[in-house]
Amino acid sequence: MGVNRREFLKIIGLSALFGIGAKSALQLLAPGELEASVPPLTKEKKIQWAMAIDMKKVDDQLLDKVIEACHKYYNVPKIPGPKELKWIWKEDFEHAFPEQAEGAYVTEEVEKMHFPLLCNHCDNPPCCRVCPTKATFKREDGIVMMDWHRCIGCRFCMAGCPYGSRSFNWGDPRRVMKNKDLRKLNPDFPTNKKFPTRTKGVVEKCIFCYEKVDKGELPVCVETANKIKKGSFIFGNILDPESEIRKVLRKRFALRRKPVLGTGPNIFYLI
Amino acid sequence: MLYDGAKILTGLIIGVLFFIFPFLYDAGKPYKKPEPKLTEKAKKAGECVLSKQFMRTWHMQLLDEWRNDVVRKGIHYYRPREIAREMKLDKRLFDQLRHYISDGTRIYVPKSDKVYYMSLQNTCLDCHSNKKEFCDQCHNYLGVHPYCWNCHIAPEEK
Repeated sequence: MGVNRREFLKIIGLSALFGIGAKSALQLLAPGELEASVPPLTKEKKIQWAMAIDMKKVDDQLLDKVIEACHKYYNVPKIPGPKELKWIWKEDFEHAFPEQAEGAYVTEEVEKMHFPLLCNHCDNPPCCRVCPTKATFKREDGIVMMDWHRCIGCRFCMAGCPYGSRSFNWGDPRRVMKNKDLRKLNPDFPTNKKFPTRTKGVVEKCIFCYEKVDKGELPVCVETANKIKKGSFIFGNILDPESEIRKVLRKRFALRRKPVLGTGPNIFYLI
Repeated sequence: MLYDGAKILTGLIIGVLFFIFPFLYDAGKPYKKPEPKLTEKAKKAGECVLSKQFMRTWHMQLLDEWRNDVVRKGIHYYRPREIAREMKLDKRLFDQLRHYISDGTRIYVPKSDKVYYMSLQNTCLDCHSNKKEFCDQCHNYLGVHPYCWNCHIAPEEK
C-alpha cells in the first residue's frame, strides 16, 4: 500500500523542518567562532593617518580660528539651526565623551575644556560599510574619503557614524548667497574658489585634507593650530612607531571617543 | 454634415498651430553653429591635454577618468605622453581604450611632455576661463546640462 496524500504531506513537512533546523543547529554548534563583527576593511596597512590634539595647549580662541580656517578652505557655510553643516566643531567633555562623563567627578580643568570634534577616520568605519554606493570609502592611507559625485543622499552613513561627524545638505549650500539672513553670516561665500561647494542632497564631512596630505602638506586644522600654538595639533602615521604622534602618545595619556564600539577612532585627545 | 463644424475646425487649427509653433518660430532664421572661443591663454598653450578632436568628442569621459583617479585612487597628475607611450607598447591596454580613441586606429601623442594636475576647477578652467563662450556654447546648443557647476565653481566672467 502506498502513502496517502495526508501522510505524504506530513513527511514532506517534517523533513523540511528538520532540514532547516539541522542547518542552523550545525551553524550554532559547529566549532569556531560566531561572527559578531567583521574584521577591519584593510588588514595590512602601512599608513594610517591620525591626529593627536594636546588639550593642554588648545583654548577656545585657537579652536575658533581652526574651525574658521577649515570651514573657509572647504566652503562650509554657516547655517544656524538643525540644517547646520560642520566638519570640525567644539564640544564639552560631557558631550564629547558621554560614557566617561556619566557619573564621573571630573576635574574642574577637564570640565571647562572644549574638545575639537571631527571625523575620526576610523580603522573600521561603519559609514563605509553602510554606504550603498561606496561614495564614502577608506583610502589606502586610512583617510575616510568622500566621493560627492557618487553620494545619493540616503544618509545611512549619518545613521552609522557614532560621532555625528557627518552633515547633510538639506538645501543647495549656495543659497546662502541669495538668502538675506544667511548672506549676512556668510558674506564672502564661497570662500575658496579653488575648492568646489557641495550640492543639495549630499552628505559631507572632514576628508583629512587628502589633497594636501597627498602633496606632503599638513591638514588645514593642523597648519592653523600650530601657527598659533606649536605642538597643539599633531598629525602623523599612527602605524609608524617612530612618528611624532606615536612619540607623543608614548608619553601622554590620551582619550579617544567611544573606543568600545570597535570603530578604531584615530583622533586622540591628550589630557 | 459636420455638427459644430466651425468650433471643431478652429480647435483643430489652434491645435496644429500649437504643435508646429517651434518650427514656425525658427523658420527663416539662419542655422547658427556653436562657436566655442578660446581664451588667449588657451591659444598660447597650443594644445589641450589631448588632441582637439579627442577633447571635442570625449572630454566628458576624460573628466570622469580624472575624477576617479583623484577622488578614489589619490592620483593627482596626468601624463598624457607617458600614457601614449605605454599604450603603444601595451596592445591589450590599447584595445581596451580603443572605444574612446577618436579615429580608432592611431594614438595621439602630445607634442610636449607636459604634466597636468587633474582638476576641472583649477586646471581646465584655468585655461578655459571663459565658460560662457567655451563650454556653454556647445552645451546649450545640444541641450545638455552637465551638473558639474552645481558644485564646481565656474570662473567669474564679465
